[in-house]
Amino acid sequence: MASSPLAGSLLVAVGWLAVAVLGLVPTNNAFFARRIAFPLGAAAGVALAAFGLQAVWLPPQILTLPLGLPDLPFHLRVDPLAGFFLMLLGSVSAGISVYAAGYFGNEPSGRLTLISLQYHVFLASMAFVLLADDAYLFMVAWETMALSSYFLVITDHQQPAIRSAGFLYLLIAHLGAIAILLCFGVLHGGRGDYTFDALRAAQLQPAWATVAFLLAFFGFGAKAGMLPLHAWLPEAHPAAPSPVSALMSGIMLKTAIYGMVRVIFDLIGNLRWEWGMVVLTVGAATTLFGVLYALMQHDLKRLLAYHSVENIGIILLGLGMSMVFIGFGHAAAGVLALIAALYHTLNHAVFKGLLFLGAGSILHATGLRNLNDMGGLIRGMPRTAFYFLIGALAISALPPLNGFVSEWLTFQAALQATILQHGVVRSLLPLFAATLALAGALTAMCFVKVYGIAFLGQAREPAHRTPVPHAGDAGRMERYGMAWLAAGCFVLGLFPSSFLLMLNRVGVSLTGQGLSEEALAGSGWLWLVPTSAGQASYSPVIFLVVIAAATLLTFLLVRRFYHGRVRFAAPWDCGYPEQTSRMQDTADAFGQPIRHVFGPLYRMDRRLPGPEDAEPRYSLKVEDRHWYWLYLPVARAAEFVSSKIALLQQGRISIYLLYSFITLIALLVFVR
Amino acid sequence: MNSVPGIAFQILQSVFVVLAAPLLTGWVNQCRAWLQNRSAPSILLPYFTLAKLFHKDAVFARDASPIFRWTPYILFGCMWLAAGIVPVLATGLPFAPAADIIALVGVFALARMFSALAAMDVGTSFGGLGARREMLIGFLAEPAMLMTLFTAAFISGSTQLTTIVDTLAHREFALYPSLAFAAVAFLMVLLAENARIPIDNPTTHLELTMVHEALILEYSARHLALIEWAVAIKLFAYMTIGIALFLPWGIADAGDWSALPYAFAALAGKLALAGAGLALIEALLAKLRLFLAPEFLSTAFLLAVLGMLTHFLVKG
Repeated sequence: MASSPLAGSLLVAVGWLAVAVLGLVPTNNAFFARRIAFPLGAAAGVALAAFGLQAVWLPPQILTLPLGLPDLPFHLRVDPLAGFFLMLLGSVSAGISVYAAGYFGNEPSGRLTLISLQYHVFLASMAFVLLADDAYLFMVAWETMALSSYFLVITDHQQPAIRSAGFLYLLIAHLGAIAILLCFGVLHGGRGDYTFDALRAAQLQPAWATVAFLLAFFGFGAKAGMLPLHAWLPEAHPAAPSPVSALMSGIMLKTAIYGMVRVIFDLIGNLRWEWGMVVLTVGAATTLFGVLYALMQHDLKRLLAYHSVENIGIILLGLGMSMVFIGFGHAAAGVLALIAALYHTLNHAVFKGLLFLGAGSILHATGLRNLNDMGGLIRGMPRTAFYFLIGALAISALPPLNGFVSEWLTFQAALQATILQHGVVRSLLPLFAATLALAGALTAMCFVKVYGIAFLGQAREPAHRTPVPHAGDAGRMERYGMAWLAAGCFVLGLFPSSFLLMLNRVGVSLTGQGLSEEALAGSGWLWLVPTSAGQASYSPVIFLVVIAAATLLTFLLVRRFYHGRVRFAAPWDCGYPEQTSRMQDTADAFGQPIRHVFGPLYRMDRRLPGPEDAEPRYSLKVEDRHWYWLYLPVARAAEFVSSKIALLQQGRISIYLLYSFITLIALLVFVR
Repeated sequence: MNSVPGIAFQILQSVFVVLAAPLLTGWVNQCRAWLQNRSAPSILLPYFTLAKLFHKDAVFARDASPIFRWTPYILFGCMWLAAGIVPVLATGLPFAPAADIIALVGVFALARMFSALAAMDVGTSFGGLGARREMLIGFLAEPAMLMTLFTAAFISGSTQLTTIVDTLAHREFALYPSLAFAAVAFLMVLLAENARIPIDNPTTHLELTMVHEALILEYSARHLALIEWAVAIKLFAYMTIGIALFLPWGIADAGDWSALPYAFAALAGKLALAGAGLALIEALLAKLRLFLAPEFLSTAFLLAVLGMLTHFLVKG
């Protein structure tokens, strides 16, 4: 029993809860949180990853806990899908926890204890979301997750901006939760049994199945940050401390993807291709808007948050394609698309976690979040710069790192479109692939901007030229955390076929079918073969070896036949000797061509100085259009309705008594 | 496929592309000079320039980081890899399955990312300007290139360049409307990606217009030589991709030594024509304003997508 993955995962989740509670006992002891709680949490994460990995290869296991309400015990279950996500949660959170041990090192002890409590409750609740096998436990864990992360977001609650960011997050999280709850209600159909087994067995009419799908898509999409419910991400991620941003963006968004796959693929089942088209359309819009808005940001963490939106869009593209293929009865192609989506889920967790941690180290060392104030950080913090570069290359989908593998798989899935019977759908799928290609190239542009402006070049403001107090490289624990995730980028990028086989297990457990025999036979540790060797193959190891060998050989040949002499001089100034560091590109300048090309998509407020201005000032504000056409009207409508309802509240006892009286009369009339 | 002759072919091709690439650049320059009524420089001039640059002492800006130092080598390595993937002389090379068309586009993207980062490294305003413009061109050219390649992939049912070329080379002669769209799109991408007129002018250092030259402004001596060489290989690789996709006849199978002389001759003839054609385009067109570049490239992107849709509509 002790070695079974379910019991092990449960032990880890309870262990996280124990760590959370234990942190409270030795009060005012920051040492405990720093040296014991976070490292212990990390170790538990590694164990959870191992249990998850084990669970993928085992048949599903179930367990009923005698907890919860009377006659409503908690059901737990671990199957390959949950196992995969448990592995994601465990492995990524291990790196983040190690980092957090260093990052929160300077926090005052009271605050640190509180952060440690919320942090570990957050981790445990995510584990329970993945383990839950009935709607009741699922919702309890889901809400615990929302609340604990809300409290983590408002760690710096003294600032009003952070409080309002937290409120927005809580609001959208609960909108989503309501939709999920309603979805479970639809699936359940009044039989009184909320276990997932019962929901799975329910025979829904097509119309009700579609309603359930839409509710689940909306509800989990709100948590995942799909368009147009993404507005909380760019507010909440910058507000939270960096390890928390990494957890939320890297892992919590993924629990929403888990929920989406669990409910739509597993519980509702009988996928229809029309649903897939809905998911694809929303996914494509999310991808493009995410990256285009990311390009306009100059706050590093906001930028990363918009990239999370983009990556959720990419995952949705994969899921949508999978639903289309399965809906038309091509399970093998559907599993390939599902694998691509889940692979990207894992990849995004790793590299986005890494990037948020890197942003945290910059913030820690310099106190800066605005790219326009940074510059030349590679000289002060070379190690952080190195890890951040790995993350930047990975998210830009460049081979041979991990981001490329999942985009490659998504493209391969899209290229299967020829087998579809429906002409329109068949020619639409490649268009979604085109969206993905466009987004990938834009991401590369965005990360050239981020890396070039933050780490390269010269420090922009003279004030920061002499490094800000204690601006050094990231501390030891912070570096270990980042190194763990950076290594993950390499492992996932270089040895994709082992993960492909693992995800194939998930696909088999969900759809009953897997990749073709040919693909499984062709996928050794060296080769990635999604369909058949004649159609497509990719070998990242050979790729890396050749590129590294060619680079080194060139270096050695040049040294051998020529020389290695170097002189150092001032940069070439093109005949303008008065150049200062302020003449470098800023983050906003770098995005200017995109603003020019995609102008109508942005809401811009630009003030240009006139020729006569004595004090010329230039100001530019780029805002999310969704605020204006969606959020503000809804907010205004809510305000209007509540102001009307407020008319009822007169504050006089006689009026309230009158209301009671009228209610009584009405009840007597209608109920009799 | 992984036999000794196959590997010998692989090495032969990689070395051949690297060594022959400056010759193509020299040929294009020569043709252009003729078309502009100038007396043409020697076709070997690029080699002399490279030799001269290798002998000089390198000058670095004081604050240059390791990224700046390593980028020329990485660029060269990337292009060398590309030279190994593209079926220039033969199909079925043993290395070809390691990277398909998507990975090939990825190699070029990797090279672009590093050259843009290196340009921003020193922190001059020109470097940033170059990087920004290069990425602006890249973000449209890269998807257009992918879509072009996807059209060919749909026709042959594979993303392996070598399978695509095999399929296209051994089909009966028929006009594929989708390939016609793709060819036009590919030509536009080729011009943009290789910093050619009408997108960029490789012979100017005018700050209003330069893109590629602004990127490499800080480089000198051996590093500049490596970059120039990598640029030549890139042009060679793009031309041979175009040839492989749209004029694949005459290519040899890996290990088939008897077909090699014919493959060499066919390649030389096709490259000579393509180089002259490139020079003609450059002589006839004027450079576009920078902000017309996105329009030019989005046209290429739309053409490529249209080509793909055409494939689905007419099955050809």
